[in-house]
Amino acid sequence: MAERSTTENIYPRNQKKSYALMELVKGQGFQTRKQPEDTVFVWPHLLYIELIAALVSLAILLWVCTFKHAPLEDMASSDTTPNPMKAPWYFLGLQELLVFFDPWLAGMVLPVFIIVGMLAIPYLDINPKGVGYWAWKERPFAIWTFMFGFLQWWVFIIIGVYFRGLDWQWYMPWDDWTQHKPSSGATLNDMNVILHGWGVGETAANLATYAMTIGYFALFLILPVLLWRKFSQQLGVVRYLLVWSLFALLMLSPIKVFLRLAFNIKYFMVTPWFKL
Amino acid sequence: MIDRLVTFIRDTQLWQSIFRHGYPETDRNQSLIMFSSVLLHLHPVKIKRSALRFRYTMCLGGLSAFMFLLLTFTGIFLMFYYVPDTRQAYNNIKDLTSNVFMGELMRDLHKWSAEAMVFLVWAHMFRVFMTGSYKTPREFNWGIGVILLTVTLLLSWTGYLLPWDQLALWAITVGTKMAEATPFVGNAGPWGPQLGFTISNDIRFLLIGGTVVGQNALLRFYVLHCVALPVIITLGMVVHFWRIRKDGFSGPL
Ligand code: HEM
Repeated sequence: MAERSTTENIYPRNQKKSYALMELVKGQGFQTRKQPEDTVFVWPHLLYIELIAALVSLAILLWVCTFKHAPLEDMASSDTTPNPMKAPWYFLGLQELLVFFDPWLAGMVLPVFIIVGMLAIPYLDINPKGVGYWAWKERPFAIWTFMFGFLQWWVFIIIGVYFRGLDWQWYMPWDDWTQHKPSSGATLNDMNVILHGWGVGETAANLATYAMTIGYFALFLILPVLLWRKFSQQLGVVRYLLVWSLFALLMLSPIKVFLRLAFNIKYFMVTPWFKL
Repeated sequence: MIDRLVTFIRDTQLWQSIFRHGYPETDRNQSLIMFSSVLLHLHPVKIKRSALRFRYTMCLGGLSAFMFLLLTFTGIFLMFYYVPDTRQAYNNIKDLTSNVFMGELMRDLHKWSAEAMVFLVWAHMFRVFMTGSYKTPREFNWGIGVILLTVTLLLSWTGYLLPWDQLALWAITVGTKMAEATPFVGNAGPWGPQLGFTISNDIRFLLIGGTVVGQNALLRFYVLHCVALPVIITLGMVVHFWRIRKDGFSGPL
């Protein structure tokens, strides 16, 4: 409560008046940080915005139609196969993954995990902060992880659209896109073969690659609890396991890309049924 | 004179049967119009002024929905001229671009608004993530959103085959090759062959109705593109919009 004298100064009591300033109150009241509700009618305020947005976007589309027509090539024919064969642009990211992963992973398993992972986001993110405004600082982990996945999707798409030419080779925009490129000549090796080459027995080499793969996932499941104990406790066991196994999967493609480019590794694990 | 005419029209049974209130320029009528029109009813009567800020939503969700409307209109137009038959489809599209009145414009609009929709839906998701709008109580609506995104991509993709040109055939061939590699149910996927799946009974066969992309695939993609997926995405949007109303909009305080 403020000093009585302050109140008196601001609004001196006056016997002739039937009203007076009673008291000024300091500190956190119920209503602090809440402004009076400031609402407006949807008609016309929001509807105008919607109308304008619709008209502007329609105008832009019509304008595009004046100079760019929907493509139409020769009639479909199984006699001539185009080179390269490209999926629609929004799936080129997945097609680009085919360079690094077998189709069952690139085309099926990873997309399913992307969808499942996205569905799970609201249930895994227990940080209550940052709702209702563009937030960056209050939830660094969530934002960075999401950005990392989001960027991967678009970077792979951009590579697929603008840098892949004949035989799915890497082409720069200024290269001659009608000339075949010699293949890099580097032979790709599987991890177990490399280990075998170093003198490790065949079975042992195989087992070592299995162990490495399991180790990779184990690392992601064990390290965080050691590094961030409090955060892990808040998550709880189920969320913790889901968060970090999904995170490990998210890191899989950049790691595979790195292994391929740096060490010419084709697969890091080979089983009779599938190869990773 | 004009006033009298207006009053007369407004008093007719016909007018009264359609409009239940006067022009929305008073608070009362501005509320009534939102209640009495089924389409406007998707909106609340009043919203927070701050939720209007363009910077917050950038209209991305609304524009995705608008793209879908545009696609429906132009798509219906295209359907009048298109037969999903491998001998006719390509020529139908050719005719659209040269012989049909407004045909080229409708096709171009359909194409570019489809591309725009894919992009806008992604962007909308990005905004929803960045503003934390998926947190309690909106978890479920985020899930509906993910499904809407998936269906949007599938709609675009199934439409890609319909012109039946080289681009279409081979893009879909690459895509459906992946289906072949599905674990357990594809003939080239892990444990597929072991479970007895071959090129003529696996998941890819189911999708394209054959071992290569041909007439059956065209018909299947046509039905998916023009009937099944639009119905699904419409239902999805209905739930999505309903939920935005029920969960409350996340807009800034
Ligand atoms: C066909 C696709 C979609 C349409 C037509 C659509 C439409 C809309 C509209 C009109 C809004 C109102 C606010 C705004 O415009 O931003 C909205 C909000 C929302 N959308 Fe979507 N959406 C679609 C896809 C998605 C996707 C892919 C996600 C997320 C994965 C999503 C999640 C949400 C959530 C959580 C809200 C509530 C946001 C809030 O309260 O701030 N939607 N959607």
